[in-house]
Amino acid sequence: MTTAWTPDQPIVSIKDVHKSFGPIEVLKGVSLDVRKGEVICIIGPSGSGKSTLLRCINALVPINQGSIKVEGQEVHDPALDKLELRKKVGMVFQSYNLFPHKTALENVMMAPVHVLKRPKEEVEAQARRLIKKVRLEGKEDAYPGELSGGQQQRVAIARSLAMNPDIMLFDEVTAALDPETVKEVLVTIRELAEEGMTCVLVTHEMGFAREIGDHIYFTDRGIIVEHGPPATFFTSASDPRTRAFLSQIL
Amino acid sequence: MEGLWDFLRSLHDAYGINLVHFYDTFERGRLLRGMWTTVQLAATCVLLSVLIGIIGAWLQGSRFKILKAFVQGYIQFFRNTPPLVQMYFFYFALGPQMPRVENEFGIAQPILGSFAWAVISLSFFAGAFNIEIFRSGVEAVQKSTVEAAESLGFNRWQIYRYVVLPLAVRVCLPALNNNLVNLIKTTTQAYAIAVPETLYIASQIWSDRINVFEMMVTLLTFYLILVGIFVWLMTRLERSLRVPGFGQ
Repeated sequence: MTTAWTPDQPIVSIKDVHKSFGPIEVLKGVSLDVRKGEVICIIGPSGSGKSTLLRCINALVPINQGSIKVEGQEVHDPALDKLELRKKVGMVFQSYNLFPHKTALENVMMAPVHVLKRPKEEVEAQARRLIKKVRLEGKEDAYPGELSGGQQQRVAIARSLAMNPDIMLFDEVTAALDPETVKEVLVTIRELAEEGMTCVLVTHEMGFAREIGDHIYFTDRGIIVEHGPPATFFTSASDPRTRAFLSQIL
Repeated sequence: MEGLWDFLRSLHDAYGINLVHFYDTFERGRLLRGMWTTVQLAATCVLLSVLIGIIGAWLQGSRFKILKAFVQGYIQFFRNTPPLVQMYFFYFALGPQMPRVENEFGIAQPILGSFAWAVISLSFFAGAFNIEIFRSGVEAVQKSTVEAAESLGFNRWQIYRYVVLPLAVRVCLPALNNNLVNLIKTTTQAYAIAVPETLYIASQIWSDRINVFEMMVTLLTFYLILVGIFVWLMTRLERSLRVPGFGQ
């Protein structure tokens, strides 16, 4: 299943994806496309399947039905080379999930050194650049336990970037943060988006979604209720569920 | 040194305290060789049993049911039978089944001696407990941390080697310490299959020299010091593995 993929095709193509956990159907036929360089924001109430959808994209969660293609490669294919997929897709989690026994610098270096087997000196230089990029210069030797939530999350972003991914998935990355530290993480994400990184964000930060999103998707109970560019989505949503959700949040 | 030996000799003459195993060159020589054998036995068993624990805990997380069942069976067998009976089983039941080799005098002898069998039986015995100890540590590692490693492209073995095991060790080190201390003390059981370790040599000396009380005190003191050194080393290891903001 190696269909030639060209950059003018969607970099992620999700078609009619169904996913159940036991008797509970979390995704009930979700389709969406992400084009290269686009920033997609997925919003919606808790339990609507947003995070599950994100996890399906890099094969952390298998799907029951449908198709997910990343750069033309079917993620659902049992013969899929997961390493190849995960080199392309970076993921940042709500709870940061740094390796607590490694310093910030080591956290960033681990995957390129052990997974990609790149030379250590070269990786270290790149890791130092990335830590500088997320504005954590001077914290290279700090352990996750010594960093604030916002700082840990920025290390996590640097850690994903060290694999040189084509797409970044952000799973409610500011949900566990103090209001003051949310901003520093959002600044980092905005810079990435401005550099042309393809981003898929699951977020509750409506203002941020509106500002940086090229396209907003609203999910509820396992389906995409409505989607559109932020200008129209936030001002003239047509579905009553979307309107009810937005009126609660905004 | 000579002065000390003379002093100990004088204790015997003056008060009847018989420390012949220190001042007599022959007795001292065989006692020291016995202690060295104990150290070698303990060190080998500690290393092998920890290795068994690490590999066993990894196999327990395997997708293959047969492997898991095999590890489970191994643990049940060695945890639910007395270690002395296990040692007898290895030495007297399995030992004679093994091929024999000719030694330098042209006499056929078993390929594995009593020391080797003691190492095997004690390592398997302590290893069974170590698997359970490492497993408790592995289970304490957050699923989300493992998921992060997965999303970075680590394979199953790399996740275990670089993420799960280092975190698990920090969690289970106190329990591991306990089991390894027990293992070091259980090396005295090798006495039963005539491994010339400390207890075996001590019993030879007290039979020859009739200084049971003094030998017992010497034995207890030796093990107190040996285990004390081990615990001190493990505490240092624990301290060197401590990570700010983790597990405190």
